[in-house]
This record gives sequence, C-alpha cells and structure tokens, in this order.
Amino acid sequence: MNPNDSDVLIVGGGLMGTTAAFFLRRRGHAVTLLERGLVGQQASGTNFGNVRRQGRFLPQLPLANRSREIWGQLPELIGHDVEFLPTGHIRVCYSEAQADRLETYARDARPYGLELQMLRGEAMRAKFPYLGPEIRAVSWAPRDGHANPRLAAPAFARAAVREGARIVEDTEVVRVEKTAGRFVATCADGTTYRAAVLLVTAGAWGNLLSEQFGEPVPMSVHGPQMAVTEPVPYCLVPVVGASSDSIEEIFYFRQVKRGNIVMGGCARGPAYPDARRAYVLPGSPLKQFVQLERIIPALRRLSIIRVWSGIEGYMADDVPIMGPSAKVDGLFYAFGFCGHGFQLGPGVGDTMAELIDTGRTSVPIDPFLIGRFA
Amino acid sequence: MTPRFRRLAETGRPAVRFSIDGQAAQALQGDTLLVAMLCNTGAVRCSEFGGERRAGFCLMGACQDCGVWTPQGERLRACTTYVSEGLEVLTAMPALL
Amino acid sequence: MSTARVAIVGAGPAGVRCAEVLVAAGLRPVLVDEGMRDGGQIYRRQPDGFGRGYEALYGTEAERARALHETFDRLRARLDYRPQTLVWNAADSELHLVRDGLSHGLPYDAVVVCSGATDRLMPVPGWQRAGCYSLGAAQIALKAQACAIGEKVVFLGTGPLLYLVAAQYAKAGARVAAVVDTARRGDGIRALPQLGARPDVLRKGLALIAYLRRAGVAMFKGATPVAIEGADAAGVSGLRFRDASGRERLVACDAVAMGYHLRAETQLADLLRCEFRFDAESRQWLPRIDPWGRASVAGVYLAGDGARLQGADGAEASGALAGLAVLRDLGVPADQGQADRLLRVLARMERFRVGIARAFPWPWRQAADLPDTTLVCRCEGITARELRRVVTDEGAREANRAKAFSRVGMGRCQGRYCGLAGAEIVAAASQSDIRQVGRLRAQAPVKPLPATTRQAAHEPQ
Repeated sequence: MNPNDSDVLIVGGGLMGTTAAFFLRRRGHAVTLLERGLVGQQASGTNFGNVRRQGRFLPQLPLANRSREIWGQLPELIGHDVEFLPTGHIRVCYSEAQADRLETYARDARPYGLELQMLRGEAMRAKFPYLGPEIRAVSWAPRDGHANPRLAAPAFARAAVREGARIVEDTEVVRVEKTAGRFVATCADGTTYRAAVLLVTAGAWGNLLSEQFGEPVPMSVHGPQMAVTEPVPYCLVPVVGASSDSIEEIFYFRQVKRGNIVMGGCARGPAYPDARRAYVLPGSPLKQFVQLERIIPALRRLSIIRVWSGIEGYMADDVPIMGPSAKVDGLFYAFGFCGHGFQLGPGVGDTMAELIDTGRTSVPIDPFLIGRFA
Repeated sequence: MTPRFRRLAETGRPAVRFSIDGQAAQALQGDTLLVAMLCNTGAVRCSEFGGERRAGFCLMGACQDCGVWTPQGERLRACTTYVSEGLEVLTAMPALL
Repeated sequence: MSTARVAIVGAGPAGVRCAEVLVAAGLRPVLVDEGMRDGGQIYRRQPDGFGRGYEALYGTEAERARALHETFDRLRARLDYRPQTLVWNAADSELHLVRDGLSHGLPYDAVVVCSGATDRLMPVPGWQRAGCYSLGAAQIALKAQACAIGEKVVFLGTGPLLYLVAAQYAKAGARVAAVVDTARRGDGIRALPQLGARPDVLRKGLALIAYLRRAGVAMFKGATPVAIEGADAAGVSGLRFRDASGRERLVACDAVAMGYHLRAETQLADLLRCEFRFDAESRQWLPRIDPWGRASVAGVYLAGDGARLQGADGAEASGALAGLAVLRDLGVPADQGQADRLLRVLARMERFRVGIARAFPWPWRQAADLPDTTLVCRCEGITARELRRVVTDEGAREANRAKAFSRVGMGRCQGRYCGLAGAEIVAAASQSDIRQVGRLRAQAPVKPLPATTRQAAHEPQ
C-alpha cells in the first residue's frame, strides 16, 4: 500500500482532528492526519481551557457528558492527564433575572444528567465567601473543571502516533477532490494523500474545505481575549464564569495548580485566518480587570504577565458543524465550535470515530449537521 | 539573616525606619526598597517553585524577581520603589482568599 | 513648526539625543520613560540626597554623562516628559502608557523606540541562589545606591562590562574576589582589527584590566563556569570553574555578578510588528533597521541598544540620527551634514561592536553542556532536562513551541533572562541551527500590569 494512502484522511490537527485520529486507530482504521502548522496551535491551543458542561445548548449535553467521561480517563487512555482538574465550575450573575435564568437552565439540564446546584444569599456566601458583594447567585457544577489547552491536542497526537496513526505537520493542503470513489488531498509541495473517507477538522478554515464540496457555511472568525497572572499560592478551586447579557460582563477565570490565574472574555478580538494571527485589543485586559474585581475583589492585587489570542471559528447559529456531509459519501466534518469546543474535544473525536466506523452515533448529533445550511 | 549588601559611601543620609515581616529595620533616605531590605537581611522572598531564597537579580525592573508585599496586599517591585518612613513589607504574599 | 506628534520611548542616551534633535527643529516630542529619572542605565542618575561627583560615578565617561544630563535638563521644559510611565502595549499607531494605575492611549505620527537592553545571561548550576546578580545589577547597586552586592564579589562572564564593573567595585573599596572571563586570550588578539575602530575605547579597556591587575585581583581568561555553590537559605558561597588549563578552582564569595554582553529590549518593536533579522555577531534577533534607524513599519524608528547593541556612545549617535530621520520623513528640513557625520560615527561603532563580540564571544556552546539539573528559567524553575525533554520527546524545535510545552519563557521576566540560552539549548537538543529555533514572540504587557490598572478617562495635560 502506498504510504500516502489510508482508510481515513483527516485535515486539520487541532483537538478534534487529533482525538479523532486516536479513536479511529483504536477502531483499527489506518489514519493519516495532515496539519498545516504544528498540532494544536490554533483555537485548540489558545482557548481558555474550560472543561465545562454547564451552560451548553441543551442538545449538546449528551456529547458533553460523553466527553466528560473521557476527560476523567486520560491518564489511562493517552498516558497524559493534560492537567485536567475536576475542580467544579461556578457561574455567577449580577441580577435576579439572570439568577432566574440560571435556575431555569439547572432545571432543564437535569434530565440530561447534568446536576447543578443553585446557591443564593447565605448559602452562597458560606460556600464561596470570596465573591464580591454584587454577586446575586451561583450555579455550581461540581464535576466540571479545567485543563491545559496547550498540551491537549499534542498529547492526543502523540498517543495517536503510538497507536499507529500517521501525523504529518508543516503540510498545507491546497485542494481536496473526490475522484473514482476516493478523496485526494494535494499539498502545497505537490504531495498527494488518498483515502476512502475524509474528515475535515480544520477549525476556522473548515469552510474553505466544505466549500470545495459544495457545502459553504456561514462562519465568522474571532480572537479570544486571554490573559494570565503571575503565579500565586493555589487557593481558588472552581473555575469561575460570569453569566450576563452584556459581552463586557462575560468574563471567566481559573487558577492552575502552579498558581497562575488564566482569564478571558469581555470582548471578542480581531482574527486574521489568512495570516494566522489574532490579537488582543489593548482595552481588553483593562475591561477584564474591572470584572475580576467585581467577582472576587481580593484578586485585584494580582498582575498579568501575558496576553494572547487565537483564531476561533463561529457559526452564525452558535452551533458547531459535526457529522456527515449532506452531499458527498465518505465525507465528514467536525469544525466551527464557536469558542466552546475544548471540553467537547475528546467526545467529538470518539463520536466521529464511531460514526465513521459504524455509520451510527450513540450520542445525538442531528443539531450539528452541515445539511442545516443547505 | 546577615545583611547581603554593603554600603560603600553616601552613609550621611537621613535614617528611614521601616519593617520587614513585622521586624523593625533601618535604611537611609534614597535607598530603594531592595537595597533597604538587603542592608538588613539576606533575601527578599522565596522562589515559588524551588524553595530557595531570592534577593533580586537585575536591579533595573526587568527580571521581576524582587516583588514583595504590603500587609494590605499591594505588590511592590523592590528595586524600583524607594523605601519610605513607616513602610511595612512582607516577603510572602498575604493569603489571597 | 511641525504639528506632527512624535513620541520617544526611553530617556537614556538614545532618547535624549533624539529629543535634542527634534526640539532643535521646533517640535515638542513626548518623552516617555519608565524610570524615576532620565539617564537610562549606564548614565543612571543617583537619587536626590546623594553627594558623589561625576568622576566618582562615571569615571572616564564623566564628561559624557554630565553633558547628557545637562542636555536633558535644558530640554525638559520643551518636552512633554512622562517619567515613571511604562509603555505596556502598542498597536495601530498608538502607544499605551500606564502611570499610577491609569492607562492612557498616546496616538503618534512617529515613534522612536529607545528601549535599551538588559544583560545577557548564560545559566550556570546554582545561578538562582540569592547573591547572584547580573553585571548591570552590580553596577546599579554601586552607581545609584553606593552599595556593593556583597562582602566578597566574583565577576563572571565576558565583555567589557565585566572589567568595567569589577574595576569600579575595586576603586570604590569593595572586595573583588576574582574576575572570571570565559573569553580566551586569543579571542581578543584576533579581534584587534575591529577593536581598532575605536582606539580610545580600546585604551580605556586595557587600562581597566591593568588597574585590576595592579590591585591584585585574580583574573582568569578562557574559564568555564561549573557551578555557583551555596545553599537555599543563605545563598551564594562560591564560584566553581575550570581555568584555561582545565584545572578546577573554587573561589569563595557571597556574591556573583554575571553577564555576557547585552540582550536588546525588543518587545515594543515586536508589538509594533517590525520585522526582525538574525544578527550573527551577537547571535540574537534584532529588529531590522535601515542605516538611519527606520524600522520596517512606517512611522517606527529604533535607536540605541534596543536595536544596535553598540553601547552608550552608539546610542547617542543613533538617537540623534533617528531624530533626523523623523524630521526628514515629516518633511522638516534636517541637517544632512550632521546626518553624514553620524552615519560615519555609527559605521565605526558597528565595526567596534563586531570586534567586541569577537574578542568576548558569547559562549553559546556552554548551553549544550549544561547539566540537566541546571535551572534555565529562573521564574518558573524549569531545568535544562525539562527543556531538552520537550525537544526530544515532544518534538518542540521552535522557541515558542518549546515555551508552550516546557514553560521556559512563561514567567514574570517574559523570557528576558532565559530566552537566548533557552534557544541555544533547543538548537543543541534538536541538532538544528540557532536561526531555525527562532525567537520568543513578544506579547503585551511589556512588563507585568497590575489588575488595579484602569483605562484613564482623558489624556493627561
């Protein structure tokens, strides 16, 4: 067999592609993954690192639940814990109206197996005494947590390679076509790779490939606005996120074991997919400082030492693209996760592998089908 | 701990009293906080990850290795801050939460 | 008089001479400086209340220092001078300044970045111990605070600063235990042609060495550092090294001042999206400039050690020349004769810089030989072993990738003190050329920014 031929060709080496490569190998498929840069460099490596089910679009919860199970098994599965900590996650809010919405969500999420606890008043202050006086209510997800996005896709990639996957970095795919029942990807240096199945996990560039197969999708790109503090003694256990209608108040932060506090939100920044650059607006950290002090006043004494951004693909309906092509047999997609894909990564890879292997998925993915844009 | 730095000149300046971890200390007006501390003791903080004491490194505000704290939780970069009368400094951050 | 808005970042020799040129042409530039006083590093002004004279402080450079300070004092009323102000970010023709917890935007038509340099460091086992300082730090302690960094100081590294600070310490009455230079005698001899570009500086350098010899200071050339001995609590107790003949020696001391030339402060140039080039002589990445100091981005000019690494005299000349470039590009008449003279001066400075780099080579090969247990990243406590591991086991062969996997460069100093040596370790571990490893990409803030910082409501007057 030509070494450039495989059962499944994956284009895009972020978290979705590398997890799919891993799980496909476990199901015995020959896999080749092509990545333009280095695995995990784009949205996968620059996001906030939330491993969060709370707050998701409800039909996404089965997928998120499945993913959460895998997060807890990473050391046995891929030999690396990706610094996953099941610290719990709290959503805080500033108004009674928003608290009611959180309460409604908690009620509606319960049938999906997501147990959330609402806390207000005395009970809230007793459990989370460090919260600022403006906080009205907390929705607490004890089994959510966080992990290290810089490490996740590379760890899955190494595990996939150990299982026998072929991962080719620094390889730009310029064209993909289906001829004589097989997909042929042509790279910038002229090399071609072929497979009966193609999985597009190209993130913010996914629509450039879906377009080539007559399935354009309405995607926009934005840069997350991230910052991190110096390390301080570990003391903040849960991930904290503010729930609000106003983007300036949508702010989230988490403390890693080494002590740095990673934070993000308050704005979306400019991203340039052609140049593969994205920027943090100078005003963003200043806005974040305001929100940080509102939520946990004691954290005002910290300093940030770095900001960064990345390139995230957002679908117009804020729902990702996942599942089979509506037009081409053997073509599958998993991209455009709207800035909320990190927690889903292991579940997406596992589900796409199941779909490609068996033709079915044990978690529903109907809401994510690309055919909705036809 | 024995003082680390040695004064070679300019000792005729007015005295400044301050404290390090609650202990009274003396410096001279015009000393940076780092110099003030190191004329009283041998280190200004403990490394987060290695446990060894640190006593500054670059003295020009570049290495960020001389950060100390006030009891109120304010962060001071010792090499670019002047010591002042009554200043209280802590060599470890007061508990955050 | 031009109404163009010109900002100068840095009130050291480059920034002050740039300001002088602009003010003479009728402009009123904004001069932003992080420090409490003008002067930069080498010509750092002592605080109020200190009495030492210029000769005591600046030795052979007393007249240059005095002239620079007097120039600033004369210019001050005609400048929009912003001391104790950090430029923490820059984007879209706007600088972002912070002072007293308030961040202001400063739009500009032209910016001259004179951000200077820090010492360049090569890790040594034990360099994280209390009592280990950069050469620049040892000099600042003496010059600006009249202190020695210890009772008994060893000077380690290479370059003219090594001998200058050691001699300053000896003259000021401090105990200099040894001067340990990694450069070999032959290196200096081979570089004589380039060093001859500035015979006066060469003479001063030789005089410093002679002074140290007369003072009975033990001096070693061709040395290889082995370890800085000491203890976690008490700090440094000695320097262990191999001399030129390979014999291992231990010099007892309570302080080590170390450094290997300079590392340009290029964060603002990077944030302004200037192109960089690899400078083979100094083995580091510098922003690309034309002979006048124009960067690759319109409206951005770079001068001084932050772009040229030529020292204080080169900084003065390049600062003035960058000022002339700004004027010319704004269509303001500028003195071509002065520009020609400065271009000639800078050509000599450049030849001399090459000579210095060759006479006192940055011992980059030491990086490959560092024991695995050596700390590379002081801020994050990351060892050479860990950095090598991400190269060999995780395929990180580029500086930012290695940083993402190992955390080297993720600490408070933002890669200032680990970046260059870290790149050498990555190159050695991946058996690739240093150029392929690339450089750490700068991100805002240029220095840590407190979470108490707020956007100012309006521009300060």
